[in-house]
Amino acid sequence: MSTPIPPPPSGPVPYPPEKSIALLTDMLRIRRLEEKCAELYGAGKIRGFLHLYIGEEAVATGAMRALLPVDSVVATYREHGHALLKGVAMTRIMAEMFGKKEGCSRGRGGSMHLFDAATRFYGGNAIVGGGLPLAVGFGLAAKMRGEERVTACFFGDGAVAEGAFHESMNLAALWRLPVAFFCENNFYAMGTAIARYEAQTDLCAKAASYGMEAFPVDGMDVVAVHEGAKRAREHAMASGPVFVEFRTYRFRAHSMFDPDLYRDKSEIEQWKTRGPIHTFSARLKAQGDLTEERFLEIDAEVAGEVDAAVAFAEAGSWEPVEDLAKDVYAP
Amino acid sequence: MKITYREALRLGLREALARDERVFLMGEDVGRYGGTYAVSKGLLAEFGPERVRDAPLSELAFVGAGIGAALGGMRPIVEVMTVNFSLLPLDQIVNTAAILRHMSGGQFAVPLVIRMATGAGRQLAAQHSHSFEGWYAHIPGIKIAAPATIDDAHGMLGAALADGNPVLVFEYPALFETTGELSAEAIDIAHAKVRRQGTRVTLVAYGNCVPKALQAADRLAEEGINAEVVDLRVLRPLDMDTVLASVRKTRRAVVVDDGWRSGGLSAEIMARVMEQAFYDLDAPVARVCREEVPIPYARHLEEAALPQADKIVAAVKGLFQ
Ligand SMILES: Cc1ncc(C[n+]2csc(CCOP(=O)(O)OP(=O)(O)O)c2C)c(N)n1
Ligand SMILES: [Mg+2]
Repeated sequence: MSTPIPPPPSGPVPYPPEKSIALLTDMLRIRRLEEKCAELYGAGKIRGFLHLYIGEEAVATGAMRALLPVDSVVATYREHGHALLKGVAMTRIMAEMFGKKEGCSRGRGGSMHLFDAATRFYGGNAIVGGGLPLAVGFGLAAKMRGEERVTACFFGDGAVAEGAFHESMNLAALWRLPVAFFCENNFYAMGTAIARYEAQTDLCAKAASYGMEAFPVDGMDVVAVHEGAKRAREHAMASGPVFVEFRTYRFRAHSMFDPDLYRDKSEIEQWKTRGPIHTFSARLKAQGDLTEERFLEIDAEVAGEVDAAVAFAEAGSWEPVEDLAKDVYAP
Repeated sequence: MKITYREALRLGLREALARDERVFLMGEDVGRYGGTYAVSKGLLAEFGPERVRDAPLSELAFVGAGIGAALGGMRPIVEVMTVNFSLLPLDQIVNTAAILRHMSGGQFAVPLVIRMATGAGRQLAAQHSHSFEGWYAHIPGIKIAAPATIDDAHGMLGAALADGNPVLVFEYPALFETTGELSAEAIDIAHAKVRRQGTRVTLVAYGNCVPKALQAADRLAEEGINAEVVDLRVLRPLDMDTVLASVRKTRRAVVVDDGWRSGGLSAEIMARVMEQAFYDLDAPVARVCREEVPIPYARHLEEAALPQADKIVAAVKGLFQ
């Protein structure tokens, strides 16, 4: 990786303690949910592809708390955290990963295809860049219908190389659509470091070239993310599309099939010193908003939620084979 | 020498790169990562980054660049990670690679090989489980190779490069761990092959359905039905001579197709059998296809959606009722 790794996030947290604790709790919910998923993958309960977001939790957390329930979200295959924080119950997410009928996509989508109409969570797209045009369309519909909502579109740095990215940027800017493009730059597309696949690694420069507001944010700092996402939402609502580059890092392999041999362990260790959860906890402790006891309490509550989700998924049922063609339009 | 299907693919690539300086491999994560299915593992170290070239997530551009490079005097092997992502460069494949030779009045042949993984069966859900090789076989101007054996996994690439025109080679992750002897037999991309001799019914299959057809044939043999299995190997152009010779002998046929039924490859094969061997048949031709649904994640639903040996057995028995 060519970009130097900045020092860990630090400094005062400018929120009332309840808000800070809520952010911390959300990050922990994603982390513990996914640690459990990794374990269940090993046990064969979850199959297929499983892409963990571990290390990147501050992005979904800070961003989702800047959005409103009326807002729409389009995400990628690394979307467990986004679905959870948009409001999809952990029980239904876990059941989906088990392939159970009680899952948020009836067990038909699995880890990469979480959907939930009620919370306006539009997936769960496993084609890199596939969500961007969709988000443009949500923005178009909202604008044409005069609805006060923003569409947040999450995608990775790798997607920026796709034609779909560039076509979507142009369309959104041309028509001034209320879309927030949230790029989760973890500096790798699978095993390829960004400098090996982008001629221009300044991603904001690309978005800006379409005449769009664009700015980078430290994606390991939940405060910076939250403030950046609030600014982005306001901008999208008031004057059209915005691009935010959240600089983050995945601590785990790309997927459960990835032996992770393309990056130095020391790079991972260095990024771990910037881990979003422990750095944020330390800052809260430093200003007296959190004690170790309280942290352990929260963690135990989260563990309870995860256990309940697993129990729910275990108790779930399999969709009958006779329903295979149900909801196929024009079979 | 016993090797895996994956090793056979890798050996084919290594030989192609060693044989001809103009050959290079290009695609996402083919180099440092070693290929998403570890097919190209070790080739970067052996041939260097000029010839084992990692490409961005820009399928439309690098497939098109493969066409341009082929016209410009190189012999590119472009890897599209999986068939699912080949829908992005579909325009370049259909509107340029397949058409150019004819539309330029024969001036520009495109000596390009595009490799991609295909098929379902690993609970990867709808967007990662397509089987479009039969669909690509709809297009004049490209050859479609579907290696189902160790020898074909090894040899079809070389045959495709020697062809001097666009060839799509479909690789089957479901078969990557299968092992077999590598023979010295010459491999073409022109003929279907009888993989098992039989007398009472012909099972026509390709790719990952060949082992399923062979498995079904084993089970049918236990019940006294001696099935012949024809591996199409090449989906375009179709070698109907081999299929028809078998059907004329057995007088019954079941087509096994990993693709969807409507307008699919199975329909084409059935139509040709009907056109050319109708009076040799003792029963209507039957077929076992992928159910007409997007492939679901849940294992039991995915299994139900795909061709399986028991469905083939049932279809064959249906011909004898
Ligand atoms: C169009 C397309 N090409 C290739 C792939 C295979 N693939 C899945 S994820 C991935 C890397 C994407 O990287 P990035 O966009 O940075 O997201 P990250 O996984 O880092 O979150 C690749 C190559 C795909 N799913 N879709
Ligand atoms: Mg990335």
